[in-house]
Amino acid sequence: MSDNNVVSTVEAPDVPSEGKLSSLAGDAWLELRSRKIFWIAAVLVVVILLMALWPSLFTSADPRDCVLARKHAGAGGGALFGYDFQGCDVYAKTVYGARDSLLVGISATLIAGLIGLVVGLLAGYFGGWLDALLSRFVDVVLAIPFLLGAIVLAKRLASDPESNGLFAVIVTLGVLGWTTAARVMRSAVISAKNQDYVTAARMLGASPARLMLRHILPNSISPFIVVLTVLLGINIAGEATLSYLGVGLKGDAISWGLAIAEAGPYARTVAAPLVWPSIFLAATVLAFIMLGDAVRDAFDPKLR
Amino acid sequence: MTDIRAQVDALPGLDPRAALLEVNDLHVEFRTRDGVARAVNGVDLRLSPGETLAVLGESGCGKSVTAQAIMGILDTPPGYVTRGEVRYRGVDLLRLPEKERRKVRANRIAMIFQDALSALNPVYTVGFQLAEQFRVHRGMSRKDAKLRAIDLLDQVRIPDARRRVDDYPHQLSGGMRQRVMIAMALALDPEVLIADEPTTALDVTVQAQIMSLLAELQRQRDMGLILITHDMGVVADVADRIAVMYAGKVVEEAPVHDIYAYPAHAYTKALLESIPRLDLKGRPLNVIRGLPPALTDIPIGCAFHPRCAYAREICRLEPAPTYQIAPRRTASCHFVREVLGV
Amino acid sequence: MFRYIVRRLLQMVLTFFGATFVVYALMFANVDDPYQVLAGERSLTESQRTGLNARYHLDDGFFTQYWHYVKGLLTGDLGQSLTGRPISEMLSQAWPVTIRLALFAIVIAAVVAVGAGVLSGIRRGGAFDTVTLVLTLVVLAMPIVVLAPLAQLVFGIQLGWFPPTATRDANLYQLLLPALVLGTLVVATELRVTRSSVAENLRADYVRTARAKGLAPKRVIGVHVLRNSLIPVITLIGVDIGALMSGAVVTEGVFNIPGVGFNLFRGIRTEDGPLVVGFVSVLVIVFLVINLIVDLLYAVLDPRIRYE
Repeated sequence: MSDNNVVSTVEAPDVPSEGKLSSLAGDAWLELRSRKIFWIAAVLVVVILLMALWPSLFTSADPRDCVLARKHAGAGGGALFGYDFQGCDVYAKTVYGARDSLLVGISATLIAGLIGLVVGLLAGYFGGWLDALLSRFVDVVLAIPFLLGAIVLAKRLASDPESNGLFAVIVTLGVLGWTTAARVMRSAVISAKNQDYVTAARMLGASPARLMLRHILPNSISPFIVVLTVLLGINIAGEATLSYLGVGLKGDAISWGLAIAEAGPYARTVAAPLVWPSIFLAATVLAFIMLGDAVRDAFDPKLR
Repeated sequence: MTDIRAQVDALPGLDPRAALLEVNDLHVEFRTRDGVARAVNGVDLRLSPGETLAVLGESGCGKSVTAQAIMGILDTPPGYVTRGEVRYRGVDLLRLPEKERRKVRANRIAMIFQDALSALNPVYTVGFQLAEQFRVHRGMSRKDAKLRAIDLLDQVRIPDARRRVDDYPHQLSGGMRQRVMIAMALALDPEVLIADEPTTALDVTVQAQIMSLLAELQRQRDMGLILITHDMGVVADVADRIAVMYAGKVVEEAPVHDIYAYPAHAYTKALLESIPRLDLKGRPLNVIRGLPPALTDIPIGCAFHPRCAYAREICRLEPAPTYQIAPRRTASCHFVREVLGV
Repeated sequence: MFRYIVRRLLQMVLTFFGATFVVYALMFANVDDPYQVLAGERSLTESQRTGLNARYHLDDGFFTQYWHYVKGLLTGDLGQSLTGRPISEMLSQAWPVTIRLALFAIVIAAVVAVGAGVLSGIRRGGAFDTVTLVLTLVVLAMPIVVLAPLAQLVFGIQLGWFPPTATRDANLYQLLLPALVLGTLVVATELRVTRSSVAENLRADYVRTARAKGLAPKRVIGVHVLRNSLIPVITLIGVDIGALMSGAVVTEGVFNIPGVGFNLFRGIRTEDGPLVVGFVSVLVIVFLVINLIVDLLYAVLDPRIRYE
């Protein structure tokens, strides 16, 4: 080999000193800010959050103040949407329904996200038999039809007739919903793992844990976040579905799904108790899915 | 479907005695969110039958865009041809309606691309993609088209063509895939072949094979060949003339020997000087300092001046006119004489 | 190719055991009184207990029970529901309408999704595309518990365009509204996948080659782009068939269709352990088989993966 080194007369262009990560996130935020759909979704989400945290801001009525005499009465006396079959204020119930829905949605998504993150990260990073094992695990969970598995599990967890089903629903949705997040995480990790900067870090002696946490994780996180945002919407819808079927929130819990179920048989006579919770539910799910869409589009370099 | 050959011959304005291919003052721009990228800024080219014209330049100099504009396969939006003509035997292709223009494609002017793996459709066999040309443009039956496909594979020296014709692109090696692309381009016996970096993705030994195959096929068919490349080594053996491009313009055009021996543009000269040479072992390599300009922000005056060793005040202010410095040589430099050393 | 099939079959078997075990465990493991689980809320006489023990080996360990269960499953003996009817008989009565509903829904969804998806993908950002995207977003966001009751209310009852319920022998028109509702579960994702697949393939290098070959746009898209774009969509549709068969619980409930989902839900409600486990096991098998077929189909459509 020749022993002369290249003495370059080129002035190297200025390489930005920020890491890859922050510029991607920064770009994404700029993208995000410019999209209408993001702002619409964001506004909706904020409104719903407010409703969940401070329902009294939106209504002074008590959703549990139900007087049978007012059964199916129309709007009036402060009840914007009238009364349901038990004589409860439909508007109040709808507003208060946001709290549990959001609570369940967020908790379940966090659980699912955590499980998905760990499974995906380990399976993607270590590969080999661990990957095979974990992937089979994913297959098993996926093979159980979601709704049916959820019904069975929720029922089992909420066997105590006193409970209002909150814990059961959260755990059920969390435990059954992590698979997509895990798969997305796994493939993001696999592609990140093969990048040069990871090899470089490994050459410098980084331990697997450090590699995973400091180098690979930050760069695989964006598709994962997108999945989680959509999962939030799905879990909110999931809770409503389970409650509708009678295996979700029960007792004196207030949920949109429950309200829809209760309003069903009477829908021919009064539509309001069915329609309003439906609209709020749909709008909430829509808001989170739109948010997920906007975030995904913002992170996707191909769409620029 | 009828045979298209007759239809092409009937194109209005077609003059078999006119120059095979002429590009005059071609301008192409790309309108993006970050501004207008002026990819091609007044390119003139000429090609005769049997001649090999090499278009040489760095990435981003506009050579591929020029080729795509000639073929009419620019992505529009965001790409737009804003000025100029592309004349095939006297017919201005840019002004033809798309339906007519399509007849010229592949039938008279064909193109091959750099990465044959992505340039071939992965879900159809090689035979299908070859035979397609005959079925669509010549109205042949499946059986006949397949026989012609096998024949083509033989012509490009693919062994065991009869079996290979039913293979999928991913089953072939890089060199074989490129041969398939060449076969596909030559299927309809075009008069012009544009090869856009045909060997860049290949190993050096395979490169040589492909280049010699191209040369031989060209000779056999008396075809005009435009070879687009950034590799000066490939060019020396194969080309008759070289056109050097920079920032969307042809800065120098000359017969191949002349350009290597006596470059007339500062850029060409710098390029040649940067080639590592065995007899200069032990000395630092020459590099052209700086980077090619962003196409949204091409410098006023001569586009090369920020990097030029010969640059003076006038280079900053005015673009260089094109000087005819010899019967078949042009160069666009304010200081041709200095560069030539006369 | 052969190795691929064998590998997939093995995975299938493993997954099947895993999934049925989980369901079985959920229903029967660690309960204080396994007899009670089987009986639901009814109380049992001594002779009933003996009978149940003989049938289900309830005095043996949990795993023995599971083993007996699996043995029964493999020989086609699904046991008896707590109502006394043989589960296989209940299944064979419930299946046909569910299959018809699911297939109907899939066909409608696929036609709409692929048709609109291709058009949107070709003209991304155009008016059609924007409208379609908004619609899919809305449909995607509507939980089925919202859509089904509302659809029944508006189209079945108030407007009277469709019958609000359907029977086991329902004809296609009666199944139309439920099928439309059920189809919304999958049409939005199918459309989006088609759209992005088409948009992505339109930018592929081989499209440039096809145009350079002088092919007309109709052929470039119809022959070259479509075949590549539809691969992920077709496999998605296959998977969706399995999903719809089990996801029809709400739809069947709302429209009173006595299919698999409906019966299963009732079984869960009444804590009919054997019924639940039996039905779910069969559903799992069906799902796995459909997935296997889809994977094989994928290999047929995409020559690149045939030679792994």
